Amino acid sequence: MIPEIGHYALALGLCVALVQAIVPMVGAHRNNLALMELARPASVALFLTIGVAFAALTHSFIVSDFSVSNVFQNSHTDKPLLYKISGVWGNHEGSLLLWILILAVFSLAVALFGRNLPPQLRARALAMQAMITVGFLLFILFTSNPFERIDPAPLNGRGLNPLLQDPGLAFHPPMLYLGYVGFSMAFSFAIAALIEGRVDAAWARWVRPWTLVAWVFLTLGIALGSWWAYYELGWGGWWYWDPVENASFIPWLSGTALLHSAIVVEKRDTLKSWTILLAIITFSLSLLGTFLVRSGVLTSVHAFATDPTRGVFILLLLAITVVGSLSLYAWRAPQLKSGGVFSPISREGSLLLNNVLLSTASATVLLGTLYPLFADVLNLGKVSVGPPFFNAVFVPLMVPMILVMAVGPMLAWKRGDAYGAARRLWLALVAAAGVFVATYILAGGSWIDVGAAFGMGIGAWLLLGTLVEWAERVHLFRASPTTTIKRAAGLPRAAYGMTLAHAGTAILVMGVVGNTAWKTESIQVMAPGDVVEIGGVSYLFEGAERVEGPNYQAIQGRFHLRDGDGGLIATMEPEKRRYSDPPMATSEAAIQTDGVTDFYAVIGDPSPEDGPGAYVTRFYHEPFVPFLWYGTLLMGLGGIVSLTDRRHRVGAPTRSRSRVAAPGAPAEAAATPHAR
Amino acid sequence: MMRRIIYFLPLLVVAVLLVFFIDGLQRDPRKLPSVLLDRPVPAFALEGLPGRDPALTGKDAFTGQVTLLNFFGSWCVACLQEHAMLSRIQAEGLVPLHGIAFKDQPEDTLRWLERHGDPYDRVGYDTTNRIAIEFGITGAPETFVIDAAGVIQYKHVGPITEQVWAQTLRPLIEDLSTP
Repeated sequence: MIPEIGHYALALGLCVALVQAIVPMVGAHRNNLALMELARPASVALFLTIGVAFAALTHSFIVSDFSVSNVFQNSHTDKPLLYKISGVWGNHEGSLLLWILILAVFSLAVALFGRNLPPQLRARALAMQAMITVGFLLFILFTSNPFERIDPAPLNGRGLNPLLQDPGLAFHPPMLYLGYVGFSMAFSFAIAALIEGRVDAAWARWVRPWTLVAWVFLTLGIALGSWWAYYELGWGGWWYWDPVENASFIPWLSGTALLHSAIVVEKRDTLKSWTILLAIITFSLSLLGTFLVRSGVLTSVHAFATDPTRGVFILLLLAITVVGSLSLYAWRAPQLKSGGVFSPISREGSLLLNNVLLSTASATVLLGTLYPLFADVLNLGKVSVGPPFFNAVFVPLMVPMILVMAVGPMLAWKRGDAYGAARRLWLALVAAAGVFVATYILAGGSWIDVGAAFGMGIGAWLLLGTLVEWAERVHLFRASPTTTIKRAAGLPRAAYGMTLAHAGTAILVMGVVGNTAWKTESIQVMAPGDVVEIGGVSYLFEGAERVEGPNYQAIQGRFHLRDGDGGLIATMEPEKRRYSDPPMATSEAAIQTDGVTDFYAVIGDPSPEDGPGAYVTRFYHEPFVPFLWYGTLLMGLGGIVSLTDRRHRVGAPTRSRSRVAAPGAPAEAAATPHAR
Repeated sequence: MMRRIIYFLPLLVVAVLLVFFIDGLQRDPRKLPSVLLDRPVPAFALEGLPGRDPALTGKDAFTGQVTLLNFFGSWCVACLQEHAMLSRIQAEGLVPLHGIAFKDQPEDTLRWLERHGDPYDRVGYDTTNRIAIEFGITGAPETFVIDAAGVIQYKHVGPITEQVWAQTLRPLIEDLSTP
C-alpha cells in the first residue's frame, strides 16, 4: 500500500508542479498579484507531495519490501541500516527521486525565505523551478518508476554494489545533487531576469547566496567522492579524470566562475549578460552531467544504470532546457544595459580574467570528456582521453589563475594600482621564492623537480598573498592591537569567506602538486616476516587471516608500520573483502596518516607458489594527500562563512527594498567592504 | 548587428553538441572492433616454450587451412575458465588451435599447461609482449579466427563458452573451410 501512496504522490506532485509552472508566470505577465502569490503555497504543496513519495520509498527500503522491484534490485535484509537508507539513492530511479526532492526543497526555501524578493521576480523564478520539476517528474513517471512492483515478491534482494556500501559514498550523491540542483536556482533567477529584461545589483545579491549554497555542496561532494575513490578503490589515486568525475567537475568550474562574476554584477553593475549566460550554462552543464552518466554515451568506471530510452528522455529534457533558455538569452540579453566601465587592472579586471580562465578550463575539460564521443560519431575510431591530456591542458590554465588570485583581491574596484599591490605582496613573493628553492633542494635538485617546486611555490604565493590581504585589511602591525582586533571584528563575513576559500585553494594546490610529484608505490609478494621499505618507513608483514563481516568474508592482513629509526608507528590491517550479495570483491586499504603524509597499505591475492602464507601486497607513500582534504574543507567552510554575511541574512530586507526603488544606483558605500 | 549575432553563438554551439549526442546515443562505446579484421596476420617471429614442440615461430603457420589463434597466460583466470572448452575444440579436430602466451614466464606457462592439460598444436612464447600489441590484444583470453589465406576473419574477446563455440565460431569455421 505504501509504495502506491508514493507513486500517487508523485503523480499529484506533477499536477501541482504544472499549476506552479503556469499560473504564476501568467500572473507575472498580467501583473496580477493573486496569481503570482499562488507560487508560494504551490511550492509548499509540491514539497509535501515529493516528500511523501521519498518517504514511501525510504520506508520500502528500511522494511525490505522486496515486492518493490527497486528494493529487490538494490537491497538485502543483511545490509546495515545505513546502507538500506543510502540504497534509496544508490540506484537510478531513487537518485532521480532524490534529485526532484532537492529541487522541491530549493523551491520551498525561496517560497519561505524569499519574502523580500520583488513579487514578479519571485513568481517567475518559482515557475521556472516548477517547469524543471515537471520535466523530471515526467521522466521519472514515464521511464523510471521507483515504485514498480513484482509479483510474486522474491524472498530476498540482490544487494547493493559493495563498492557503494561505504559511509563516504552514502553521502556523496546527495551532496553532489544539492550542488547540481542548487545551480537550478541561479538558472531560474537568470530566466526570470531575462523575461523581465532587468538585471541589477539587487538581482545579483539574491542569486549569489543560492549559487554559494550550490557551490559549497558541490565542492564538498566532489571532495567526498575523491576521498572515497582514494581509500576504497585501493589504488592510492584520488582523481582519474574519469567522465563521471569530470561531469561533476565541469559545472564546478563554471559555477566557480559564476560565483565571482555575480560579485561584479552586485558591486559594479556590469558583466550582466555574461553572468546570465554563466548561470544558464552552469545549470545546463549539471544536466549534461546527468545525461552523460545515465545515457551510456560514454564509458566510465562508474557504470550507472544506462538505458537508451532514458538517454533519449534526458537528452530531450536537456535540449528543451538549453535551447529554450539560450534562445531567450539571444533574444533578450542584448537589451540588458551594461553598467560601469573599468580599467584592465582593477578588481573587475582580475575577476574577469578569473572568469575567462575558469570558463576555458571548464570548456577544455568538457571537450576532453566528449572527445571520444565526437571521434566515434565522426568515424575517427575509438579513442579514450586520459590524464595526460587533462594534465597538459589544465595546469597551464590554473597557473596564471593562481598567480592572479593573490593579486586580485588587493586591487581596488574600477582602477587598481598594480604597483602598490605588488609592493604589498613582497612578503608573499619572498615566501614563494623561499618555498620554491627549499622544495627544489629537498626534492633532490634534479630537472624534473623544477615543475613540482614551482607548483609548491605558487601554492605558497597564494596562501601568503591571501593572508597578507587579510593583514592589510585589519592593519596588522601597522596600527595598535586594539584597532586591529576592532577592524578584524568589523570585517564582513564575506571577506573572511574569501580569505578561507582562497587559503583552502592554496593548500589544495600544494596537496595536488606535492602528491603528484612525490608519490611512490611498491608492489610485491610478501611472506610472513618480510619487510618492505618505502618512503622512509618500513612495513613488516605479520601474516593474514580470515575474518567474517556482517555480509562479507574477508582476508585481513596485518602489517607493522615502523619509522626510519625502527619505532612502531601503527599496526595496519587492510582487508580484501568478498561480498556474497552481489558476489563482488572489494579491497579496504589501511591508511595511517601523520597529517602531512599518508601511509597506505593494501593486501591483494594469496600467492601460494611463493611459499605458505604469501600474499601480493601494495604500499603507497602518499605525501600531501591530507592537504587535499584540508584544502577542500577550508573552501567549503569559506563558502559557509560567506553565506552568513549580513547582507545575505534573512530579515534584513530594508536595504534590498531601497535598491529596487533605484535599481540604476547601487548603494556602493555599504557594499564595498574597505573603501580606501 | 554584429553584437546581436554574438548572443546567438551559445545556441549554435549547443545545436552542434546536440547533433553529436543524438548520434552518440545510437552507438555503444563498449564495442571495440578489431582494427585487424580482414587484414592479413601481422608478421612476427617468436620462440617456442623450452622443451615443448612444435613451436609457433611465425605467420607461415596460418596458411593452407583455417586456424584458431588464442592469446593466453598462466596468470589469467578467465583463460583457465575457457581451458576445458579449448581441450574439447582440440578433441573435435575441426581446426588446428595455436596459442601465444604473453606477459608470462616460460616456466609458469609450461607448469600451467602441465597442470591443466595442453590443448594447443603450436605454442609461441611472446617474451617482449610486442606481438600482443601487434595483434591489438586488450585483455586475455582473446581468440582469432584466421582463414586459409592467412587473413583475420573474426576476433572473440573473453573466454570461449560452449555457446560461443556452437553458435559463432564453429559455423564461421565451417563456412570458411568450404570454398
